[in-house]
Amino acid sequence: MSTTTATETHAGTAEHHELGFIRKYIFSTDHKMIARQFLFSALMFLLLGGLLAVMVRWQLGFPGRPLPAFIRWIFPDTMAPGGIILPEFYNSLVTMHATFMVFFALMPLMAGVFGNLLIPLQIGAEDMAFPRINMASFWIMPVAGFIMLASFFVEGGAAGAGWTSYAPLSSSGEWTGVYMGQILWLVSLIVLGFSSILGALNYVTTVINMRAPGMTWFRIPLGTWSLFITAWLLLLAIPILTGGLILLLFDQTIGTAFFRPEGSGEPLLWQHIFWFFGHPEVYILILPAMGFVSEVIACRSRKPIFGYHSMVIALVSIAFLSWVVWGHHMFQSGMNPLLGMTFVVTTVVIAVPSAIKVFNWIGTLWRGDIHFDAPLLHAVAFVSLFIIGGLSGMFMAAAPVDIYIHDTYFIVAHLHYVLVGGSLFGIFAGIIFWYPKMFGRMMNEGLGKVHFFLSFLFYNMAFFPMHNLGVQGMMRRIYDPNQYEFLQGLQPLNTFISISIFLFAFTQIIFAFNFLWSLRYGKVAGSNPWKSNTLLWTTPSPPPHGNFPEMPTVYRGPYEYSHPDVEEDFWPQNVPPAKSEAGGQTAAAPTPEPVPGD
Amino acid sequence: MNFFWRTGMVLAGMLTVVIVLWVITDPSWLDLSWVMPDNVVSTFGPTLDNLWLVILWVTGIIFFATEIVLLVFMVKYRHREGRKAEYIHGNNKAEVVWTAIPFVIVMGLAFYSKGIWDEIRDPSRIPTDAYPINMIATQFEWNATYAGADGQFDTGDDFISLNALHIPVDRPVVVQLMAQDVIHSFFLPEFRVKQDAVPGMITPVWFEATQTGEFTMACAELCGLGHYTMGGTVIVHSQADFQDWLAEQQAAAGDD
Repeated sequence: MSTTTATETHAGTAEHHELGFIRKYIFSTDHKMIARQFLFSALMFLLLGGLLAVMVRWQLGFPGRPLPAFIRWIFPDTMAPGGIILPEFYNSLVTMHATFMVFFALMPLMAGVFGNLLIPLQIGAEDMAFPRINMASFWIMPVAGFIMLASFFVEGGAAGAGWTSYAPLSSSGEWTGVYMGQILWLVSLIVLGFSSILGALNYVTTVINMRAPGMTWFRIPLGTWSLFITAWLLLLAIPILTGGLILLLFDQTIGTAFFRPEGSGEPLLWQHIFWFFGHPEVYILILPAMGFVSEVIACRSRKPIFGYHSMVIALVSIAFLSWVVWGHHMFQSGMNPLLGMTFVVTTVVIAVPSAIKVFNWIGTLWRGDIHFDAPLLHAVAFVSLFIIGGLSGMFMAAAPVDIYIHDTYFIVAHLHYVLVGGSLFGIFAGIIFWYPKMFGRMMNEGLGKVHFFLSFLFYNMAFFPMHNLGVQGMMRRIYDPNQYEFLQGLQPLNTFISISIFLFAFTQIIFAFNFLWSLRYGKVAGSNPWKSNTLLWTTPSPPPHGNFPEMPTVYRGPYEYSHPDVEEDFWPQNVPPAKSEAGGQTAAAPTPEPVPGD
Repeated sequence: MNFFWRTGMVLAGMLTVVIVLWVITDPSWLDLSWVMPDNVVSTFGPTLDNLWLVILWVTGIIFFATEIVLLVFMVKYRHREGRKAEYIHGNNKAEVVWTAIPFVIVMGLAFYSKGIWDEIRDPSRIPTDAYPINMIATQFEWNATYAGADGQFDTGDDFISLNALHIPVDRPVVVQLMAQDVIHSFFLPEFRVKQDAVPGMITPVWFEATQTGEFTMACAELCGLGHYTMGGTVIVHSQADFQDWLAEQQAAAGDD
């Protein structure tokens, strides 16, 4: 591979000239710095999205009660006069909560942070294939975020047509009173799309072309596998969204009628475009977390991942199937009902690879040597909550049942079980697990556990009862359920859910404190604190520019834990089999008898 | 490890206190009616609820089985000094079994669903004797439009009943959904009916009431700032009462 020579010369000149502050911390082309930049910005957006959710729950838990005095002053009379949230502001809150969480928190946390951090380090590359494109991919995101944030301050307020922006509600300000806000929403997401596309381009190219010698496809760690598959989904799905957004922008601004019936447009076309992007998007938001969880569970139970090949095949099948299930979002949309059954079948079939993954994770824990540290706890929480999110999906996959629960809180419960219980817990596992590689120090284990237990408890208290709201018929996105007599009895449950959300939000302060405190005062990590096998952990923490002191050679798969012929309970990918002995490798001490490389 | 168990115990204790306090102060939330609310008033409603219940059983059993196995493994295989994990890479037989079984289960559910879906939604199976009503949704009102005395729509004597859908009991009705501005969703919780009303489209939805009374009509699709107020009532009359109401309204409309 051509990169090998480049790295060797790199290693030869051990001293790098120090980059200036701006090149090192701001306009950096180093994938690890870009990962950290994504991390800090995405966590800020996660905080913002969380605060918006708290406001939404304030209104639902205590309808019509003014916001507490200490935050009331923030909001002008166009949003919350006297602290009472207005219906139009409520719609903006719901819309912007989802928008920030999906596009500015979860996607950057998954692909931006871990795509950048893990891919080159796990496959043994010195950086991404296109470092400058990588830098552009990051810097587009704060620009898009700024445009999105600006929409709160324009006349008419931020977009309020839901994150799905169904036309024609979203295609003309006359229906919502939101003119500029909706345009900014569209522009921001069009801009942000380039960030994802450029990032994905890099990930795909890097994985295909820049693997270290010996890193065959089936020796690639599952973290990188999942990010590779995700990158393909991004590369193919984001242009579809961008196309749709541009058409909607034309409807908004220059009077076209792609989605407006009065010009012979077709409102359902928007839904087809949006969900044709939207369902792969759902998997963009969960596949990387599945990869992180696989890494953490195998490493922390000191056991090879159960069924590595089926795990990879399941990832690939989910990615393929995700393109043919979009219609299940549209069972009640007026789409030809004869199409319904097609989408029922494809949708239930996608449950099969998901089930395979769950069984394999459980299989990995079986007869393992499970170390209960914070990453493992979050990873197992991911599995247990993903089971709930997956099974609740069966209810709406069955189209007749979906008639009743569509657009109710049952859907809200389901999607939050997948995206918070799944993705967010997976991200927590990932951040704590790879924090030492990013910053050279460990996060505090005690605080990590307290944060985990409280989050797990409050999370379930908040979201599990939402299934019940849905089954009782409570619709999504309604400002005040008490307008309906049949929903008035649910107010105590809504209040309970809101209080649980507040507690869940407060608990995140522990995580924020732990994260920031450990930057400075955490235990120094060393290169391989979790005794893990992947190439990532052979580098110093944090790795220098160029990553590997010398180009590693890969001898085996990434999950050779507790191998009977090796004394230690791990066997890094780059440690040569015993016959070549000696060498400067410090990690494992293979037994004298020669072991055939696999 | 000590810390882990201690924290666990403290949290379990806190959880118990929270639950006990809540139950004492307001026991109503314990009514987690996982079984559908028992209020269904349409002919196909019970079939639909039954499918829901079947899925609840299937997923419920899978849920408890997997979560219990997960918990047992967590306790049984927790780290202890001097023990090494077993070096197992997988098992092809197991993979085949846990691919095949979920596949059979979900396909079974899919084809069970198909029968019910077709019964409710197949356009060729809308009862031919269904009483026709045009429902025109606008921000934020439901305009239930009835044919005048001539039994024909668009002949000038149609009349509108605002936010109140009057229907006869024990006779299918077919509602032709239309929307004037944005998408709305016609939701009758007790009838287990939900169908979007899309501007530029006419979408039929049929159902048959099994008892008289007043029921809820709601909008289930975000349609603007007044979305949450877009409610109404379904009034199910006995057939004779319905004819009387209809005649009265038609007479009034004819006078205009």
